[in-house]
Amino acid sequence: MDFSQIVPALPDLWEGMKLTLELLVMAVVGGIALGTVLALLRLSSNPLLSGFAKGYVNIFRSVPLLLVIIWFYLAVPMLLNWITGDFVPVGAFASCLVAFMMFEAAYYCEIVRAGIQSISRGQVNAAYALGMTYGQAMRLVILPQAFRKMMPLLLQQSIILFQDTSLVYAVGLMDFLSSARSRGDILGLPHEFLLFAGAVYFMVSFFASQMVKRLQKRLAV
Amino acid sequence: MSEMISIQNVSKWYGEFQVLTDCTTSVAKGEVVVVCGPSGSGKSTLIKCVNALEPFQKGEIIVNGTSVGNPKTNLPKLRSQVGMVFQHFELFPHLTITENLAIAQIKVLGRGRDEAEAKGLALLERVGLKAHAHKHPGQLSGGQQQRVAIARALAMDPICMLFDEPTSALDPEMINEVLDVMTELAQEGMTMMCVTHEMGFARRVADRVIFMDRGHIVEDCHKDAFFGSPRSERAQQFLSKILQH
Repeated sequence: MDFSQIVPALPDLWEGMKLTLELLVMAVVGGIALGTVLALLRLSSNPLLSGFAKGYVNIFRSVPLLLVIIWFYLAVPMLLNWITGDFVPVGAFASCLVAFMMFEAAYYCEIVRAGIQSISRGQVNAAYALGMTYGQAMRLVILPQAFRKMMPLLLQQSIILFQDTSLVYAVGLMDFLSSARSRGDILGLPHEFLLFAGAVYFMVSFFASQMVKRLQKRLAV
Repeated sequence: MSEMISIQNVSKWYGEFQVLTDCTTSVAKGEVVVVCGPSGSGKSTLIKCVNALEPFQKGEIIVNGTSVGNPKTNLPKLRSQVGMVFQHFELFPHLTITENLAIAQIKVLGRGRDEAEAKGLALLERVGLKAHAHKHPGQLSGGQQQRVAIARALAMDPICMLFDEPTSALDPEMINEVLDVMTELAQEGMTMMCVTHEMGFARRVADRVIFMDRGHIVEDCHKDAFFGSPRSERAQQFLSKILQH
């Protein structure tokens, strides 16, 4: 075992980590935004809208994430090509981002839905009684309270997503894990680099989880 | 006196179960009407129908000339003119007291933040809670929260006020501070419809008393007539039980 080669490789690995984090942040923000819209549709009294959201969630929760990533990488450009007639290059990063956003939105949707349902009917009535519209009641009264309650769950889901971003190796993106692997292969030290990568994933996820637990305790008071 | 709230032959069902049966009554401008009756009699449902928080299937409710049940009615606008106070206060727990008082003024009525906060603060002083302006609702007692809730409704300059069991969730020693604010309001000529079990308040402040039982309006008369000689047996029973102690 020779870990001495890891230090000189750190700048390269950091480039990989930057891509991982970039993808993570954008996917979390987009996923929560889309998930919130889906949750509102799901709770709608219109059976068409709630049915659509329900179907969406069921489909994305029933297929492997890896499949969705590959599917968006290969199928979406083809679909765009078929629709527009032009060849539209999508790129691995963009297709991965869309795949993560749409996949995670299904999970965030269920969290947000539970969060909204945990706010009492009385709060909605109070907002309406003051003359607020549905949109105002949601935006000003219900969602701010719901997100406070949901924050630990949303973050926990995002930590899982942090680990799942490593699946982008399938379409050749150089994220943290991919760059560690390729560095290790080049230097002939694959085991050392993989162990190091594992340790980094563990530390980031473990400490993030601890922080979420602390946050949970603080919010519970 | 002209009519502020007119309820005509209103019936409502939850599925098969009929909660309101052919209810007809009215509240005139400046009048204080107390609605009482045993639990499950439909009184809270009836008052929630007045500002369309509950839909009803038959009949008509007209508030200040506007039909509540008409699908073309701009409900947010109508509701912004009708103040409502709830059993469980329903202050917004994520906002400070000042923000609770200002938010609807700003977002619904389009008032400026300074104007809205000044108005809120003035009303807060009126209910004796100016010192608590910066706090969150959770830091206040139930009675204090309910007084803030009344101030929040008044900040919208309502044409009438609905009270849905405003003291039922309060500890006994806090009931009076809320009733005092309500009494003061009534004396200033506010049109009020109050669902309450506080018969002392009804006796002192109300003009008329409506007694409901199993979805029907059983008595609808001047308070002296109600407390002096209720006509229905059901109201007599109710009064004898509630006034015994």
